[in-house]
Amino acid sequence: MSRDVWILVSLGLVAALTAVTIGFISWGVSNHAIGFGFWIGSLLTLGIFSYLYKDNAFYKFSEHLFVGVSASYWIATYYWTQIDTNLWGRLFPAQFPHAGHQQNLFYVIPLILGLFMLARMIPSIGWISRWSLAFIVGLYAGLRLYGFLQSNIMEQTRDSLRPLYIPGSFVDSLNNTLIVVGVICALLYFFFSREHTGAFGVASRVGIFFLMISFGASFGFAVMGRISLLIGRFNYLIQASDASTGYASAVVTAGMVLLLGIGALRSRGDTQEA
Amino acid sequence: MKKKRLWLSAIALLVPLLAVPAMAQDDAGGVQEAVQQVVDRPPAAVTGLASNDAPNDAGRLLIVTFERSADDGEGENDVAAYEIYRGDSLISTISPSDVLERTITYSDNSPLIQNGVIYKYRVVTVDSAGNRSEARADGAMASGQWFHTGRVNMLVSIILISAFILYFIRKAQSGAEIYLRPVAGLKAFDEAVGRATEMGKPVLYVPGIMDLDQVETVAGIIILGYVSKMTARYETELEVPVSRSLVMSNAREVCKSSYLSEGRPELFKDDMVHYLTDDQFAYAAGVDGIMLRKKPAACFYQGKFYAESLILAETGNSIGAIQIAGTASPTQLPFFITACDYTLIGEEFFAASAYLSQDPKLVGSLKGQDWGKAMIMLIIIVGTIVETLHALGIVPFTMIHLLEAG
Repeated sequence: MSRDVWILVSLGLVAALTAVTIGFISWGVSNHAIGFGFWIGSLLTLGIFSYLYKDNAFYKFSEHLFVGVSASYWIATYYWTQIDTNLWGRLFPAQFPHAGHQQNLFYVIPLILGLFMLARMIPSIGWISRWSLAFIVGLYAGLRLYGFLQSNIMEQTRDSLRPLYIPGSFVDSLNNTLIVVGVICALLYFFFSREHTGAFGVASRVGIFFLMISFGASFGFAVMGRISLLIGRFNYLIQASDASTGYASAVVTAGMVLLLGIGALRSRGDTQEA
Repeated sequence: MKKKRLWLSAIALLVPLLAVPAMAQDDAGGVQEAVQQVVDRPPAAVTGLASNDAPNDAGRLLIVTFERSADDGEGENDVAAYEIYRGDSLISTISPSDVLERTITYSDNSPLIQNGVIYKYRVVTVDSAGNRSEARADGAMASGQWFHTGRVNMLVSIILISAFILYFIRKAQSGAEIYLRPVAGLKAFDEAVGRATEMGKPVLYVPGIMDLDQVETVAGIIILGYVSKMTARYETELEVPVSRSLVMSNAREVCKSSYLSEGRPELFKDDMVHYLTDDQFAYAAGVDGIMLRKKPAACFYQGKFYAESLILAETGNSIGAIQIAGTASPTQLPFFITACDYTLIGEEFFAASAYLSQDPKLVGSLKGQDWGKAMIMLIIIVGTIVETLHALGIVPFTMIHLLEAG
């Protein structure tokens, strides 16, 4: 099938799913009660998982649907939370009473900067958008400077000021010594304007050891979190394989494996013919 | 006569008998009255009531402080609530059990508070019987302060670090040679783009998933300028999927100017920098799809990343691309280190633009930052010695106290 046909089929499928969902909602029928939600959830979950096999039509469909739906969702969210509530609500509170703001004419500035960004659509005046970009980058550079200095430098430095010897507590003394040595050596590793040779090189190497040990701990912690997410998804699929859902995930898995298998056999046949 | 005496004796006996109940009745009435007086006595008003402008802020905030009533926790101990009024408006009711301290503080940050307007507060103490007693504060006016007196140490730090940076920028601009140690990941940039050129495959550049308010995104865009110059020079296809509209605009500007500066404006296309979605995992799915279909030979991940980092890096690894990552996100660095060929760790990532461009301003700034780090190390070493001596009882003060006093 040509690309256009694929696009039409996909759009038709999305439209049909949307119509069915709206229909169920408007009839007051619970999606979960009839298992419809489980069918969609199983199809999209397994569609994304099918990427582990290889790029295929199920993955493409799930991916494009995910990207498209999320893009439109965020556009709608930004409009209602920022432009409608935060901008119009402050500039024209009488016309937008639901925003609950008082009039603040300072918001004309972001309105103008926003219009400057839209000037990109007219090439002859597109350069004006750089003003908005410059404003944002400059503003946040200034704002973040203070925050970084406070949290990443001042607070970290303050917390590194520890006694190396605590009378009566060997473990705490060792702990404090490791922290101070680790901080100093890691800082030495990030010295760029001096050659890392001799004692300096040894200290910076110790610094990278400290960094790698902390990355290892962070890696293990994060992987545990990811595994729990995976277990959550598997639980969903197991729940969706129940008789009350019409064996949604089981049927979808079987159908997907069958279609991917047929596809693999056909592509192997095409390769052999070629 | 005898009869008269008998009558008098009888009366003398009867009077006390009649008087006792009457007196008892009087006593009961007196006790009841006394109890009534105790119950009905209004609670003692709060003391030390004051309203003041909040210090070190932008204004529009007033602080009301007062000592608890003498009948709260002691005395009759029957205070049920403190009602705080601004003018005639009740703005807060505080239950004594909600506050542990003897001194109660209330911050009035109502949007109605205006700078330069005098507001008068009063606190009404209400007891369990509903009796009320009132205390009034003098008027207070909110105002903003230009200088935060608690942040002098920040000012000193900024001045010192800025002085170092400006000094070394001037030095670099005057032609002084500034040594920069080699960083493996940065040397690999040319190698990665060269490999993609030789293989006739595109270069994928991911500038993170956050907006321009993140310094890592800005650093990622600066490095994109260098990479896009190379792709322009070698006529290699460049693919930059982004997750924020502002990043898209900025990245397009940077790529466009790179292609112009390399004398290849005709090779630049707006679509080489394109928006996918703001959603984190939808963006990851979209980038994965691009990787699987276009099979880029070189993948750059330079910016702010979260949980999608491993998904991207693993996919890039599976297609055999040479991968160079750079981020300051401590939680994502392990994934990039595991799955990528080269990783710029934290500060290396920020230093990359100076390394790649060799611009005297950036190189001088890097040297200045090194001096800033040296200053911090010195503070830590001196501070550790002082803290250890304090723990041993040799010196009476600590470094933290010294810094706070400063």
